Amino acid sequence: MAADNSVLLGLVEEFVSGQVDSKAAETVTGSSEKSIVNVIHCLSSCRLSLTSSQPQTRGRGVQLLSQVLQECYSSLSERELEVLLAFYENRLKDHYVIIPHVLQGLNALTKCSVLPPGSAVSILRSIFQDLHVQSLMLAERSCVYNILVSLMESKEEELKGLGADFIYGFVQSVDGERDPRNLLLAFQVARNIIHRGYDLGKFVEELFEVMSCYFPIDFSPPPSDPHRITQEELVLSLRAVLTGTSQFAEFLLPLIIEKLDSDIQSAKVDSLQTLAACGLTYSHKELAKFLPGLWSSIQREVFQTASEGVESAGLSALSALVSCLSRSVLNSDSEDVLQVFLSLVLQDCQHHLCEPDLKLVWPSAKLLQAAAGASYRASLIVSAAVIPALLEQYNNETQVRSLLMYFSLCLLHKHTEDSVLVAFQQSLCSVVFSALTESGAGLQVTATRVLTALGQQPGLLAQTDVEKVVDHLTRLILEEDDTKVSLAVVECSGSLAHLHHKAFISRLIPRLKEEILSAVRQRCVTALASVSSLPSVVQESAPILLQVLASAHTGSCGFSVEEVVAVCISLQKIAEHVRDSEGIGRFFHDIIIPHLLGLCLQAALQSRDAGQLFERKKQHLWDSSCHSFTSRQVEIPEIDRLLVQLEDLSCTGPHLFSYTFAAKCFAGLVNKMPAGEALDAVLERVMKRISVELENVSSAQRTQAFTLLLWVSKALLLRYHPLSTALTDKLFALLSDPALGSQVADGFCVLMSDSLDVLNRNCHADVRIMYRQRFFAENTTKIIQGFNSAEQEKKSYYLKALSHIVSNLPRQVQLTELPVLLPLLLEALSCADQAVQLSTLSCLQPVLLEPPAAIRNQLEALFSRLLTLTTSPAMKVRIASLQCVHALSRLPEHMVLPFRARVLKALAVPLDDTKRLVRMEAMVARGEWFLLGSPGGR
Amino acid sequence: MSGGTRLENANPLIFQRSGERLLTATDEDEDVADPIDDREIFDIFSKSINDPEHPLSLEELNVVEQMLINVNDEESTVSVEFTPTIPHCSMATLIGLSIKVKLLRSLPDRFKVILVSSQTHLINKQLADKERVAAALENSQLLEVVNQCLSSRAM
Repeated sequence: MAADNSVLLGLVEEFVSGQVDSKAAETVTGSSEKSIVNVIHCLSSCRLSLTSSQPQTRGRGVQLLSQVLQECYSSLSERELEVLLAFYENRLKDHYVIIPHVLQGLNALTKCSVLPPGSAVSILRSIFQDLHVQSLMLAERSCVYNILVSLMESKEEELKGLGADFIYGFVQSVDGERDPRNLLLAFQVARNIIHRGYDLGKFVEELFEVMSCYFPIDFSPPPSDPHRITQEELVLSLRAVLTGTSQFAEFLLPLIIEKLDSDIQSAKVDSLQTLAACGLTYSHKELAKFLPGLWSSIQREVFQTASEGVESAGLSALSALVSCLSRSVLNSDSEDVLQVFLSLVLQDCQHHLCEPDLKLVWPSAKLLQAAAGASYRASLIVSAAVIPALLEQYNNETQVRSLLMYFSLCLLHKHTEDSVLVAFQQSLCSVVFSALTESGAGLQVTATRVLTALGQQPGLLAQTDVEKVVDHLTRLILEEDDTKVSLAVVECSGSLAHLHHKAFISRLIPRLKEEILSAVRQRCVTALASVSSLPSVVQESAPILLQVLASAHTGSCGFSVEEVVAVCISLQKIAEHVRDSEGIGRFFHDIIIPHLLGLCLQAALQSRDAGQLFERKKQHLWDSSCHSFTSRQVEIPEIDRLLVQLEDLSCTGPHLFSYTFAAKCFAGLVNKMPAGEALDAVLERVMKRISVELENVSSAQRTQAFTLLLWVSKALLLRYHPLSTALTDKLFALLSDPALGSQVADGFCVLMSDSLDVLNRNCHADVRIMYRQRFFAENTTKIIQGFNSAEQEKKSYYLKALSHIVSNLPRQVQLTELPVLLPLLLEALSCADQAVQLSTLSCLQPVLLEPPAAIRNQLEALFSRLLTLTTSPAMKVRIASLQCVHALSRLPEHMVLPFRARVLKALAVPLDDTKRLVRMEAMVARGEWFLLGSPGGR
Repeated sequence: MSGGTRLENANPLIFQRSGERLLTATDEDEDVADPIDDREIFDIFSKSINDPEHPLSLEELNVVEQMLINVNDEESTVSVEFTPTIPHCSMATLIGLSIKVKLLRSLPDRFKVILVSSQTHLINKQLADKERVAAALENSQLLEVVNQCLSSRAM
């Protein structure tokens, strides 16, 4: 210990004399962590320096002590703290060079959990009395705020005892603060003061003044800001302070009104959002005086603004005000502020609604909506005034717009329990019905939407009305030719059928059944699919569809293949949207699937003769049956038999659709089989078969075997199965196969992208996250090696595979991997295969929008290849390359300016392209390149 | 609206934008050549030229209308008639110049561009004079304003 002590003493001497800076401090702090005794040692060894008459020496001493304390404040005892605190408080009166170190030490001490009682008050008194915080440096001011924050955490009661003195001290220290980091701390202190119930005393206005001078915050962080403070953070924390207490109301509200006059967009938005936040804490008393002013500002902003941001902020501010007013409890003698305010709103907005040709209609409607949506009472008042007027207007002239407004108003009342529209139910219904019978497509679409909204609220549609509605819908389904209208009608019947299924079963379905073999069967089929969401409806509708399929098979009614496919798709849709219901699942299982399989079999038998014609149908049948199989996570009976059959079909099937779909189904099932012996056996068997087929070069079924291999690989890759590497390696090996190479390269697209029908999350497939990244990380080197060693004519396969893999990766990964891949991608651009070019371009384009540094050295090569491709024979390649050239114009000017003349000249050619889509891209890209480096451009 | 006094036309009438051009099957077909038509020229303006005073496109201000654009792809001529937002607007020349420059930048060289303002004869003469247009674009301040009009809105 003694030896330690002398070493320590020596080190302290060195430090204090200012020779060695970091080493001494490190040693001392390092050793002090070992034992608290060392603090005392350190104190005693510093004694000389602490009592020196030279302020610099004293400063070094205090600095050392403070650094030590920062490391070990948590192990101090209460008595030690008392001594240290007394010492430090005293030092505050010392020479100014010492103050920074003193504050650091105090900051460390205040973090202690065992502060002696009364210490907080005395620390603060000394800080407020002895220091002039405003004139301290940035770091010291930050120390003071940190001290305040930690004391507020640990000694709240004591600080509250200080009363208004504390507020006053704080106000004085904050005044004139400019640094954003310190401001965040100061806002935090202020927020604590307000939210934790400190007594503001007579300093309400002072505190408000000192905080509100920052409102609205205009701060743009310097580009190389290491602290990452955003304007957003500052705005939010200031807003929490300003809106925290209703005591600020009389100052804040005039300020908001004033700032709303500002020209700066962000100031307006901030003011409006602050106002909306006020709505949560204020009551009507604070607001009452300023309501007319606030309303006229909000109204002006919403009426005049061109920016959606301001408009939506204004609307939400209005609705916050209204909901605040509706919340307030009224005295018996005060007037109803809500009523008064809303009558003001109505008075200013209502007359605009009746003049539908002017541009203020929509803003007024939006304002009224915002007001009405805020509370039940408000919606009552607004709708009582507005709806009769609108109804009347509707009767006078058939205005689409007024109806649109009903619609939006109706939607608004969703949240209320008793709809306010009950009173107008009768007239609304009649308006909607008359709209449905009119000829305008827009009007009909809107009317169906209103119906949907009405139907979703209890009590708005009486039973007789529902029946009328269903009749109307049926008529429209059968008679209306406009695609938009029929789409809307189908949607509407879908959502209404969910609520009023009886009416649909008794009225709509029988009618459709009659008409299903007529000329409009297509629409009947889609309508049936859309209404079938409840078991009882499905039981009625699905048999009809099956019957259609059956009659299509017998060939009696001359169905075209497309129509049959549509029926199958409808069945598939039904299976999709009732996926989670047990009853339907059973129904499907018992009735529909056997039927489908039967039909399938027939189709398969017939297909020998009819060939391609029936393949598409079969595909969909398989698809829908497979979907319903795989969508439910249940044990599938006889799965082994199914697998064997699927395997057979996929290896031997003569038609592209049938073997691909068999492979897909097989993969879907394999993906979901639990790991274990059963799965291993299946995989072993199938692998053997695939290998045999593939190795036999003369075999006619190599393509089939490859397809199966591809899909099984995908199934295993998705679930991280250990065998997947073996399978994908096989795929890589096949890339150099003379016959299959090109197909294999395209197969990587299948492997990496999400497939729509199987093996996605919607079919409950087992998909692990980031499987693409994993695959990429494991296999890039293999591709690059393969590329380097491949023969010249096979290189393009590798490039194609690579570009498929890269273009499916998330952007972030692309960016980090680009430096390695860039040479290869550039190579791919000059490869003759158009598919390779296209997929490379499509993976380059997003990367170029945010280019990595690696691109800088390759610009010359990149430009010459891209510009060559702008005249490629393939239109998509031209478009994609032009998009890339466009993206390049956003690179830093000094990098791309040298290419400007060349690009402009080259882009003049595609301006005269034969295809319009190409010309448009060329036009946009060329425009941007013209602006580059030109005054007023970029 | 304190800055309002400085604008020549503070509260313009705003017209609804027409929808995007619908893609047809022939647009995607490699073998079919699409001739340059009125709508295509119109889209050039509506997408990418702003009014110097307002953050609005010329379409929204009804400065250009599809009706008043005539293209003859075979003879390589384009004629555009534009309507300044208010009569004798001093901005009219500038708008005209922007339209002219945009057309020069966006069309193949073979086209001859005829630009007419429906209101003032003087502007027409200025815009028809190739050398005057070229000289105007030598003036970097003028070029700056034109470029600002041509900067796409997203930026």
